Parts: sequence; structure tokens; C-alpha cells
Amino acid sequence: MLEVHNLKKYFPVRRGWLRRIKGYVHAVDGVSFQVREGETLGLVGESGCGKSTTGRTILRLIEPTSGTVKFKGEDIFALSHDRLRVLRKEMQIIFQDPFGSLNPRLTVEKIVEEPLLTHKIGTRKERRKKIEEMLEKVGLLPEHMRRFPHEFSGGQRQRIMIARALIMNPSLIIGDEPVSALDVSVQAQILNLLARLQRDFSFSLIIISHDLSVVRYICDKVAVMYLGKVVEIGPADFLYDDPKHPYTKALISAVPVADPGLKRERIILEGDVPSPVNPPSGCRFHPRCPERMDICALEKPLPVEIREDHFVSCHHYGGCSHSARLVQNA
Amino acid sequence: MKSEAPIYQIFIHDELLPRIRLLGETVREIARRPSALIGGVLFCAIVLTSIGFPLFYNVDPLKQDLLVRLAPPAWMDGGSWLHPLGTDNLGRDILARILYGSRISLMVGFSSVLVAELVGIILGLISGYYGGRIDDIIMRIADVFMAYPFMLLTISIIAVLGSSIFNLILVLGLSDWVTYARTVRGSVLSLKEKEFVEASRAVGTPNRVIIFRHILPNVLSPLLVLGTLRVANIIIWESGLSFLGMGAPPPAPTWGRMLAEGRIYITEAWWLVTFPGLAIMFTILSINLLGDGLRDALDPRLRNV
Repeated sequence: MLEVHNLKKYFPVRRGWLRRIKGYVHAVDGVSFQVREGETLGLVGESGCGKSTTGRTILRLIEPTSGTVKFKGEDIFALSHDRLRVLRKEMQIIFQDPFGSLNPRLTVEKIVEEPLLTHKIGTRKERRKKIEEMLEKVGLLPEHMRRFPHEFSGGQRQRIMIARALIMNPSLIIGDEPVSALDVSVQAQILNLLARLQRDFSFSLIIISHDLSVVRYICDKVAVMYLGKVVEIGPADFLYDDPKHPYTKALISAVPVADPGLKRERIILEGDVPSPVNPPSGCRFHPRCPERMDICALEKPLPVEIREDHFVSCHHYGGCSHSARLVQNA
Repeated sequence: MKSEAPIYQIFIHDELLPRIRLLGETVREIARRPSALIGGVLFCAIVLTSIGFPLFYNVDPLKQDLLVRLAPPAWMDGGSWLHPLGTDNLGRDILARILYGSRISLMVGFSSVLVAELVGIILGLISGYYGGRIDDIIMRIADVFMAYPFMLLTISIIAVLGSSIFNLILVLGLSDWVTYARTVRGSVLSLKEKEFVEASRAVGTPNRVIIFRHILPNVLSPLLVLGTLRVANIIIWESGLSFLGMGAPPPAPTWGRMLAEGRIYITEAWWLVTFPGLAIMFTILSINLLGDGLRDALDPRLRNV
């Protein structure tokens, strides 16, 4: 249903009083993945790895540098202004900050109503009825319509945001860190709500998160990003139980486990994430990789399918082109 | 029917209720601060007086009576209750002139701020929201305005256009738009990065709707505060211009002109300048107190602290 192919977004870095372009931040650098109908994809990675940019570019809130995003067969970046507006009914986004994502000057009714207004759907009465139904579906009361966002808790605000996202009955929802700003107990409630609504409304979901346990809880498929690239993507169970890429291994080993007796090998990465303005040659991860080889600095690894639907971009799994293999042999 | 509708719904549409509630909260918030309360009460008193004074003090401010020129206030030797605050060098009643002057001062003050805010809001919204070249152009024009001495600008424009209250409002308003434009632009720059704006874009809402629904209502409260405080400034400027003979054309009784005309007699008849001076001072004081209170009440960061 959603096909992202070789998506790139470079932000220009301007310096000096002439504001000349001195380089580019390679925020998203050749990301590809697919989301099927009703599927949930988790996009994980450290902060600054380009996961949010990926999400926003898919919705064309940010114009991409290159690449294609096909949504139900239509190339989003090639669409006319009017067609894009129509398609926006089908795609929605939920943000991280439940304080910033609701206009403090509008009542809940107005906030939830906005998509309907923009697309001129229904009469005033019908809209109000729909808003009431939606609020009940996300666990709020109809009388909350008349209140302002500052009168709600973080979890309730996120519910308002979900009601707003769902009111158009979209087929894709992107959650950009939808629960990271909430308390852990509230996180679970919101995730359960999302999962339940997904069953009822059957939309596809992309969850962007730095929290691996959140992603595991709700996602069918997980893509791990590092410095603008997807290093590993596969079914959640495979990826968590048997991670292949050294970066994924390190990430998974850092997830806390509720078992004090369990002895685990913690993989601790050295150094910081390199600057995305001037990313490392070859494999982006090689300066910090505990399993690096000579080839890693020279050649970019290509994604290799090591199991059904499970792709890894790492030279350990043969992700190098023919010429690189020759260099290695010589 | 699910439930009986409350009786007031006949008069007030129920969508208005949340707004009224919010307004009530804000008013209560202002009233909680003693200085703001004093300022508000004083300011309301000044406004009501300037509107309603003919009801209880209907004296012609232009009527000259050379027989009682420079009469002192009523409580001094030689004063009479016919002229409670005395008369000026032409025998005109000072209290009546101050009362009429309050109309001019308040009208010029508020209208100029309104003109300035209107221009400032429009240019600031365009500049901040669309950015790029249009932003550069507007901001450079603003720089030019800021670099130009304000009094010189006003005086030269008045000199060319001639002095009338309308020109005065226009000139004062147009020379003060920069402050508003810059304030609005700054707020818009931070607002347009807010997630609710992005969420609105994600839904497909057109830019102009976003500006009016999401941006404008959120820049208004700092503008209200700024505008209130600027009214005080404008009143002082108007007085200054009147003092220099560039204000409302004679014989209109303005506070500034009263100061200018009275200063020659300051040694023999102090009341000529003292009372208009006090009128200016109390008006400014009340507006400033109210403005400070508004700022505190409308700043959500200070709410409920």
C-alpha cells in the first residue's frame, strides 16, 4: 500500500552573509521500505538518524530531495496540489508533544473538526455527531468537546490527537514518537488504544520511536535506521530475537529486561554518532562497529535478504558489490 | 431529546460558552493583581468620564471670558466654583478643556495604535509565515523606519499633509507599525514550527486558513499587551506634537497644547500646566498598570504560578 523507494532528503547548510551552501545534512539518504495494508511498521534509531524526517517526507510535509513514495499506487511527489489535498484525507500524523500538537485557542471540537472542515464533509450537525462518536471511540466523553487543550492531561491530549487523525478514516497513520512524552503507564494505554483502533478501522501504521520496547509491543515489522540509512528491516520477532546487523545487536542489547537474574552481554558502542553533514565513507556505521572489516570503510553495503522479508545492509552478510569482493580477495 | 437545554442557550449559542468561560478566567486573572485592578478601575473611570462628562459638567471649553482670565482653582483665594480648576490666559475653563482634551488624547491614542496594529499584523504575518524574499523586503523597510528619527518623520509628514486629527492618527499609526510587525513576525516564526500548524498542513488546510485559524489568534495576546502599553506612548507623543504646534489644529483643546500655552504663565498661574500634566500622568499610569496586568494574565507561563 505504501512503497518508499530510495527516499533522500538533504538539508542545505548555509554559512556566511551571502548564505552560500556549504554542504548538506544527509538527513535521509536512500531509504526504502514497504508497508502493507493493515500492517504496523516501526522506525527506530537514535535521535538525529532521520526517522522523523522520513515520516514527514512521506506525508510531503517536507519536500524530498529525491526518491519516490507510492501511496496506493500514486506517486506522492508527482501529484498536483489539488490531488495531494484529496490524498491527505487518507494519511494522518500523530505527533510526540501533546502540548504542541493542539492549538491552545481552539476547543477540542474545533480541533477534531478541522479535517472535516478542510475537506468540506457533512453538515454542522453531522460533523458534531461524528466528533462525538470519535471522542467516545478514543475513550473521551462527548462533553469534552467544549473544553480547551490545557484542561487535559498528556494522555488525554494524545487521545484527542488520535481522534482527529482517525476522523477521516485514513488508511495510513504515521505516529511520530506518539508516546515518548507520556508516563509509562499512560504509554501502554495509548498503545493499546492504537492497536484496538487499528483492528476496528484497519489502517496501516508507521510508528517512529527511539524506544525499542514500544515498537516491539505494537509493530509487525521493524526498520532500524542509522545516519539516514536503514541498516536492517524485518519482521519484529526475527529482528528482536535474532538481530543481524551489529548496530541492531547493540541497540537490542541495551533494552532493559525485567529479569534481574538474566546475564546478558551488553554491547557498548564507542564514540558518538558522526555528523550527518559529512557521513563516513563506505558503511555509515563502520567507525563505531565492533565487527568492522577492511571493506567496510571502502564500500557501501547493499541490503541482502537473509530470510523472508528480512533485509540487512552489512558486509558480514555479503552486502557488497562484485568489485568490492575482488578488492577483498586481492 | 436527551436533556433539557439550559435556558441561556436561547440567548447564547453554546459554542460561544467556552470562549466566554476563557474570557472570564482572564478577567479574574487580571483582577487578582492589585496594581492591575487599580489601573483597570482608574482607566475605566477615565474612559467613562471622557465619554459622559457633558452629563454633569457641560461647559464650553472654547468660550473665552477675559474678565476672569487666569482665575485660580476654586479652593484658592479668588477662585470660584464656576471654574473649579481655574481659567487660562484667555479665561477659558481649564476643567472643561481637560475633559475635552481627554477625548482627543484617548481617540488619537487608541486609533493610532489600531492603525499601527493593523498594518503591523498584516505585514508581520506575511513576513513571518511566507518568509524568503518578501520577508527580506518587509524587514528592510522596517529597518529604514526604525533608523529614521520618529519625531522628525512625524513632523515632516504633518508639515506636508497639514495638521488634522485624522492626519495625526495616520502619521502616528504609520510610524509605529514596525514594533508590531516585528513582534508578530517573531511569534509567527515560532508558531509556524508548532506541531498543530504542521498537523493542520498534514490535513491539507490551505495556508490562508492556517494563518487565520491557527496563527493569528495566537499572536493576538502579546499584541494586546503591547498595544495597551503603546497607547500610553502615543498619548505622550500626541502631547509632544501638540506642544510643538503639530498636533490637532487649534483651537481644539489638547493636553499638549494646554501645556505649551500655559508654560509662559507658569510662575504666576501654575494651574495652567499642572492639571493637564496630571491628566496625562494619571492616564498613562492607569494604562501602564493595566497593560502590565494584562501581560501577566495572558502569559500562559505565569498562569497558576
